[in-house]
Amino acid sequence: MARRFLSLDGNEAAARMAHRTNEVIAIYPITPSSPMGEHSDAWSAQGQKNIWGAVPEVVEMQSEGGASGAVHGALQGGALTTTFTASQGLLLMIPNMYKIAGELTSTVFHVAARALATHALSIFGDHTDVMATRSTGWAMLASASVQESQDFALIAQAATLRARVPFLHFFDGFRTSHELNKIEVIDDDVIRAMIDEEAVRAHRLRGLSPEHPVLRGTAQNPDVFFQAREAVNAYYPATVEIVKEEMARFAQLTGRDYHPFDYAGAPDAEQVVVLMGSGCGAVKEAVERLLSEGQKVGMLTVRLYRPFSAEDLIAALPSTVRRVAALDRTKEPGCEGEPLYLDLVSAFGRRWKDLQGTELPEVFGGRYGLGSKEFTPAMVKGIFDELSTDSPRHGFTVGIVDDVTHTSLDWDPTWSTEKDDVTRCMFYGLGADGTVGANKNSAKIIGGNTDLYAQGYFVYDSKKSGSVTISHLRFGPRPIDSTYLINHANFIAVHQYNFVEKMDVLEAAIDGGIFLLNSPYSKDEVWQHLPARVRAEIARRKLRFYVIDAGAVAEAAGMGGRINTVMQACFFALSEILPRDEAVDQIKTAIDKTYGKRGRAIVEKNWAAVDAAIENLHEVSVPSETVEVADEALALVGADAPDFVQKVTSVMMAGKGDLLPVSAMPVDGTFPTDTARYEKRSVAREIPVWDGDICIQCAICAFVCPHTAIRMKAFAPAAAQAGPASFDTQTWRGKELPDHEMRIQVAPDDCTGCGVCVDVCPAFSKEDRSHKAINMVPKLDHLETEQKNFDYFLSIEELDRTEVKLDTVKGSQLLQPLFEFSGACAGCGETPYIKLLTQLFGDRIVVANATGCSSIYGGNLPTTPWTKNAQGRGPAWSNSLFEDNAEFGMGMRLATDHQLRYATQLLAEVGVSDSEIRALLECDQSTEEGIRAQRARLDALREKLSGRDEDEVKALLGILDVLGRRGVWIIGGDGWAYDIGYGGLDHVLASGRNVNILVLDTEVYSNTGGQASKATPMGAVAKFAASGKPSGKKDLGMIAMAYGNVYVAQVAIGANQRQTLKTLLEAESYDGPSLIIAYSSCIAHGIDMTTSMSHQKEAVNSGYWPLYRFDPRHGETDHLPFQLDSKKPKIAYREFASKEARFAMLERSDPEAYAHLMKLAQAGIDERWHLY
Amino acid sequence: MGVDLKTEYLGLQLRNPLVAGASPLTASLANLKALDDAGIGAIVLPSLFEEQIVHEESQVGGLGDIGAESYGEALGYFPPMDNYNTGTDHYLELVRSASESLSTPVIASLNGTTDRGWVRYAKCLEEAGATALELNIYLLATDAAVTGAEIEERCLNVVRAVRAEISLPLAVKIGPFFSSIANMARRFEEAGANGLVVFNRFLQPDIDLESLTVVPGLELSHSFESRLPMRWLAILRDQVKCSLAATTGIYSVEDVIKQILCGADAVMLASLLLRHGPDAVAGLQRRLSAWLEENEYRGVRQMRGSMSLAKVPDPSAYERANYVKNLVAYSGPHI
Repeated sequence: MARRFLSLDGNEAAARMAHRTNEVIAIYPITPSSPMGEHSDAWSAQGQKNIWGAVPEVVEMQSEGGASGAVHGALQGGALTTTFTASQGLLLMIPNMYKIAGELTSTVFHVAARALATHALSIFGDHTDVMATRSTGWAMLASASVQESQDFALIAQAATLRARVPFLHFFDGFRTSHELNKIEVIDDDVIRAMIDEEAVRAHRLRGLSPEHPVLRGTAQNPDVFFQAREAVNAYYPATVEIVKEEMARFAQLTGRDYHPFDYAGAPDAEQVVVLMGSGCGAVKEAVERLLSEGQKVGMLTVRLYRPFSAEDLIAALPSTVRRVAALDRTKEPGCEGEPLYLDLVSAFGRRWKDLQGTELPEVFGGRYGLGSKEFTPAMVKGIFDELSTDSPRHGFTVGIVDDVTHTSLDWDPTWSTEKDDVTRCMFYGLGADGTVGANKNSAKIIGGNTDLYAQGYFVYDSKKSGSVTISHLRFGPRPIDSTYLINHANFIAVHQYNFVEKMDVLEAAIDGGIFLLNSPYSKDEVWQHLPARVRAEIARRKLRFYVIDAGAVAEAAGMGGRINTVMQACFFALSEILPRDEAVDQIKTAIDKTYGKRGRAIVEKNWAAVDAAIENLHEVSVPSETVEVADEALALVGADAPDFVQKVTSVMMAGKGDLLPVSAMPVDGTFPTDTARYEKRSVAREIPVWDGDICIQCAICAFVCPHTAIRMKAFAPAAAQAGPASFDTQTWRGKELPDHEMRIQVAPDDCTGCGVCVDVCPAFSKEDRSHKAINMVPKLDHLETEQKNFDYFLSIEELDRTEVKLDTVKGSQLLQPLFEFSGACAGCGETPYIKLLTQLFGDRIVVANATGCSSIYGGNLPTTPWTKNAQGRGPAWSNSLFEDNAEFGMGMRLATDHQLRYATQLLAEVGVSDSEIRALLECDQSTEEGIRAQRARLDALREKLSGRDEDEVKALLGILDVLGRRGVWIIGGDGWAYDIGYGGLDHVLASGRNVNILVLDTEVYSNTGGQASKATPMGAVAKFAASGKPSGKKDLGMIAMAYGNVYVAQVAIGANQRQTLKTLLEAESYDGPSLIIAYSSCIAHGIDMTTSMSHQKEAVNSGYWPLYRFDPRHGETDHLPFQLDSKKPKIAYREFASKEARFAMLERSDPEAYAHLMKLAQAGIDERWHLY
Repeated sequence: MGVDLKTEYLGLQLRNPLVAGASPLTASLANLKALDDAGIGAIVLPSLFEEQIVHEESQVGGLGDIGAESYGEALGYFPPMDNYNTGTDHYLELVRSASESLSTPVIASLNGTTDRGWVRYAKCLEEAGATALELNIYLLATDAAVTGAEIEERCLNVVRAVRAEISLPLAVKIGPFFSSIANMARRFEEAGANGLVVFNRFLQPDIDLESLTVVPGLELSHSFESRLPMRWLAILRDQVKCSLAATTGIYSVEDVIKQILCGADAVMLASLLLRHGPDAVAGLQRRLSAWLEENEYRGVRQMRGSMSLAKVPDPSAYERANYVKNLVAYSGPHI
């Protein structure tokens, strides 16, 4: 049979096998495994069949716990069933995993292995999650590459059916799951030859049926439980044999030969590294290099980790081995050694002597690669060096600098195993600018049309707007298993000119390499514009330097600002991997393939861009004189930044976080707030500038700004005069602040340029309708002026909170936001709510934040947008998990309530007078004045008690703060509130406790890429609902109202600012649970995010999103608790929906379904309106 | 014996001169069938707008790009859509099914924006089975640096380019704003047009005084608007050989008759059909027959152009004097 190759990533490679060999697939999104579910859902939606000719049923559940339950049930129903997960998701599956294994049920779970949240969340790869399942009784098969993630997905499926032991098939998150690599794909004939139909029939027959009823899942007593548990024993050694047989069968069918343990290296090796997963690629290269230097080294790849076969392990190793490094990509604090180490020690101790007859090798355990830390051949060399010392360390680490407990090994980062015949390319792009897509495409073109192998790996940064992507592409004559980033590149392309100013883009360039820059300056002008640092690098490394004005070329080709095709063409032209003409043809064919079905116009524009690119690509003649440059560091923060920011945060910001030693890190994951303002990302091309003459001082621009990049202040006229000349002000138009001036100010380096402020601005010039009170202007023309203005603006003291009418839209915007400059998407619909919340109550709240977008833009390093005021007060924030956020927040309330009671008790015990106690406990803290007075009382008491030494006094001083008003806010998205955390949310609502729950409802799982949730509206297309969501959105508000004692409100900040403001104030003042469901526009809706806010009016006007408040306090008076705040629907639902791509997609792909669902949705709206 | 309503338009034999002009009504197959059953002479489908197609294509193309490959947890926000339709498919399907199922000729209409687009979509429409093609040329010259001659040349080039690539009968729907309409008409004919439709009724935008925004001004035509094509048909009739069709403001049989007298081979109905539906056709046809019979015409062909500029006793009535006379003849409350 002809060999067939495709360029795939690990997720797709594994999912292809899973989809072909299963009948039911229960899924739930979690990074980095989500794409496996997405592919499966899309394939089933397209009608792709499994090898038995049926389309697998793909079902999204409410959590991984739910998915594993559904899998368990489907297995009991006799269906071949699978799921995909990672990290916390896998933990949620553990209870069912014990059940499934205990019942000897054949299934494979495919896991993109990822770190578990401990001191911090990490979306990146290591083995902590899979190691947590070791005791479940599952077989564990580890893939080390994209090729293996496909091959082992099939081998695991074949083996589980015969062995009856369930299999956990895992590969490293991101490094394998997201790496694009050219692999040999498996055809159906091979799949069929691997799957034992008899075993499939047996599996189905074990399914529950009333035709042959059985009972499975009994409760057993001390008399038999133990024996019954031991009854499975024989299946485990048998599983090892079955895996060996299946691997042998697979080798026969495909030529790819695997074993439970695979040794590579010297036959007489004395030192061996043992590990599993993607790190094997780096070890392999290091071992090959060391072997070529005559060293007696080797490596052992662990593939079948459970059942662990000591015999096979020892048999695979040469008898000459003296020292072994057991590498674990996990950490078990307090243990004698990590799991693989312990397994080796135990296996060697038990069987080495009788199987090998030589002296027992010494085993040293070490940790590497946690949370996708780079693991390179140079580090492997460091490990072998350590094994060669007199007394190698046990419990070592590699890849970091541990200057605290000194576990880390040294390594020489310049030691490279890169081969000259491998082309190594790096591309710096801006998120969503098409760079990564074009590179994936290039890898596929080269992989698919030449004998060359291709590998692509893509690094994304921690921000959702203005983020930098770095693509690492290798092309070479052999399969590429360099499982680490490129640090010796012979081609570097920078797709955004300003990167040369803020990043060290040439760090990895090799001498004589090619540097391609997208530059607005011509080949003759560019040199004088480049920073001296870059010119020096180019000259020193003798780089061949090319420029193209890709923006202009793309514009001329009618592609707007899309430069990806232009840059791709230049890459092909310069890299000479393919002859130029052939490359051009191939790109054009690829363009046709990608866009052809969408229409000829796009194809032709792209083609034109390719041709124009090559015509406009120019080599820069590099002047021969040497460029002298001081070793200038990229100064990222000013000298006024706090010590931690200077020493730690700024290093992460510069992209050099790998260099930070252990001592720089907090031991418990606690970080300071108030750091985002030091990260001047300056990502906008255009910024808004205020025209005070036109402004009506409504403050809506500041109210809705998603990045707190627009602020309003009122101040004394003297402050206005002391500012820079460009610091225009206007007289404040409110009676409450007579003799005040005001100004609306943009934070020019923090603005993302989304344009929402301009879109919502209602004031315009009487002479020029297009000129508003705030207008987008090119940033570079105004940057310097606005920087000065902003600095001065910040220096003006904040108004006294008691002077402000904070219950008005305008007044609220005079309050200092304590959430600023987040890395959320430009135009984000969530962040304005959080910002407003912090303006109103930020100095006195604790926040429990569910995992999701808000925990990422809120808590992803290097910086956080949560900040504090001049008095040092601000929100205290924590993220527990995705599923438990309501409970987590309630715990905070319980702690506060208890401390309050305890403090009350202590007040009397320490001799505070009755009148003072009454004043402290019964004071009114519902106003800013009241809160301030209480703080003064507490300060006085603190002062009075200070110096006293009794235990009660010390105890009281430790918790005295709790007597000040404190709010608990529980914040999260719809995935949490409607799905995975709904049970907890419901319980917390029912508890009656005083917590405030803010649901930022984007109607999809935004953070993981837009999968449908139960908040997704009917007819919307989303991942996991590729054919349009057939059911309506859950009416969470109505459910909560049924309790009667819950404050419930539905708001849309873009539609009605006043109602949103009122709601937050009422919710906070309500002494009981409050639930606010906040409409949050999202890029996953497919709208122009500039209209993120104004579009919300249509959601309300169509009746789709009615605004209401349900205040149980009104039930005690003559008022009805339910107050509808929006008017009768004015437009049809269809009219609102037609403006969003999530609906429009269905209209295009399936007009009949669209019409049907729109009709149903409209009927639902009409009915609900009637009900309200 | 009944009168002969048959006419020839773009070389096609029509059973009568009543043609359903391009309008939203002709977008659905059900309406097309009803028009066919009502005895319509031919049908012009609504225009396929290149601008809209390209816009949709780029929007669809852009969908996959929204926030894509920007953040490690979310490499994109939408599922892949394989069967996405940007509008061309629907339109071609309409052409196909209409051509197959109707007895009356189906004329597709195209509004292009690029030279390549005009030709590409014209070919698609020919392949889909359209009987003829109407080029809806809508070029708003907003740039003071562009001369009338350049605009004229651009319009002519469209016709030449399409003519060179397809063999279908071609109608060109022109606007009334050329400096020399008669000259342009002749040049369109020379460029390959088999017929001219006078005139394209450009929709004029409006201002919403509440929001101070420019809004599309969608208003159906009025009967008096039929005077403009009428005059120009009379002028053009003897100067070009190609077919002529009248459009805009045709509501009554009187309107139809007048256009034919001036020289129309076909008369397009749009606003009338939008207001009264396909049923209006039968009545109009009946009344046309009755009038012809009453006035002792053998048929439409005999009447066509019998009152063109060259054939009226006082040609100046169509010319400048007309204007003066009108003013003088007007006697309103303030005169």
